[in-house]
Amino acid sequence: MAERVRVKALTPPGHVRAPWYLRGKVGVIERPLGAFRNPEQLAYGLPAEEKPLFRVRFSMRDIWGEAAENPDDTLDAELYAHWLEKVDHHAS
Amino acid sequence: MGGQAAGPVPMEGHDFALWEKRIDALMVLCGQKGLFTVDGLRRALEDMGEDAFEKYSYYERWIAAVNQNLLEAGVYSLEELAARMDAVAARGPTYAEAQDG
Amino acid sequence: MPHDHHDHDHFHHEGMSPSGHPYRTDNDGPLTYWQRMEIAVRELLLEKGHLTPTEIAAQIEAMDARSPANGAAVVARAWVDPDFKTRLLADASAASREMGFDIGPLHLIAVENTAQTHNLIVCTLCSCYPRNLLGLPPDWYKTREYRSRAVREPRAVLREFGLDLPDDVTVRVHDSTADMRYIVLPARPEGTEGLDEAQLASLVTRDSMIGTGLPRQP
Repeated sequence: MAERVRVKALTPPGHVRAPWYLRGKVGVIERPLGAFRNPEQLAYGLPAEEKPLFRVRFSMRDIWGEAAENPDDTLDAELYAHWLEKVDHHAS
Repeated sequence: MGGQAAGPVPMEGHDFALWEKRIDALMVLCGQKGLFTVDGLRRALEDMGEDAFEKYSYYERWIAAVNQNLLEAGVYSLEELAARMDAVAARGPTYAEAQDG
Repeated sequence: MPHDHHDHDHFHHEGMSPSGHPYRTDNDGPLTYWQRMEIAVRELLLEKGHLTPTEIAAQIEAMDARSPANGAAVVARAWVDPDFKTRLLADASAASREMGFDIGPLHLIAVENTAQTHNLIVCTLCSCYPRNLLGLPPDWYKTREYRSRAVREPRAVLREFGLDLPDDVTVRVHDSTADMRYIVLPARPEGTEGLDEAQLASLVTRDSMIGTGLPRQP
């Protein structure tokens, strides 16, 4: 079964690659992409550690709710592991 | 800006001018040489604020971001930049006249 | 000074630039603040030994040489060679390099259009684009309008590009948020069985590889 994850609903200032419209949204891991240097450190000219990056697939329903243009269309985005939290299948 | 309301997609395009191609080249080459990262450029672009997107063209924003990162990296000083921009303006009223010192 | 484009692909039209637009005359317009900054920054980088004029010229030439024709060649190869298509979908960077394209450090993922699926590429955070294969992005790709709406109402955006998809086709939007870049592998048009690889490549438009269009019909 595909692993379900939620994008953390955090709103720090500064340069972050998790788009606003996906924060707090739930999707499934589409594929792992390997590890890449953390852009949140690179953006400030700092030494950056490698962080795992994933492609996560969301349904338009799960992003936009009732306002979705076509609920079953999908959106894929690349998200770093430190922006994702596992969703428990038994909880909501 | 993903998901925000906006009007029809403007379809008109343009071919890139020499000054735009040069900015693109500076961006790529300085990144390759480790003077800044593309993330540093994106951070500077975001720090310019949303209205910069309306006021300035694409490569205008990118040269501002390139310059911001080079200043932060200490590649040249603000004083050097100011003096050179002044000298460039004195060479002539068009890009063709001012482009090479 | 006229632009220094080379007439190197089939996207070129008479009297127009390779991107299909009229040439500009920016060099003759009044010098802008940002042009002054470009000149000053470039000269300081040269004087301090970080760059050479040759490097800058070579980089501009390398970008000019990249065009949608490169991607079209990759797509056409995938249409005629099932093994290549498998390799392309597994690792599009390696497959592009295998065809001889210098794509630098580009991490490329190819996404396949089928009878049931249509893919669309966008970058909502900035303007990430498979530039090392296809060249510089079109202006509309970088606009607020495209970047804002492609993730929320892709079908409405596609209709503005003349593409009206039926409800039974799933739209998959790809937001290039980090280190990957994307290219759409469009479906091979019907009625092209007799065409060779070069003829097939001529059907592949830039927009069909971003997902805002379909290949031309023969």
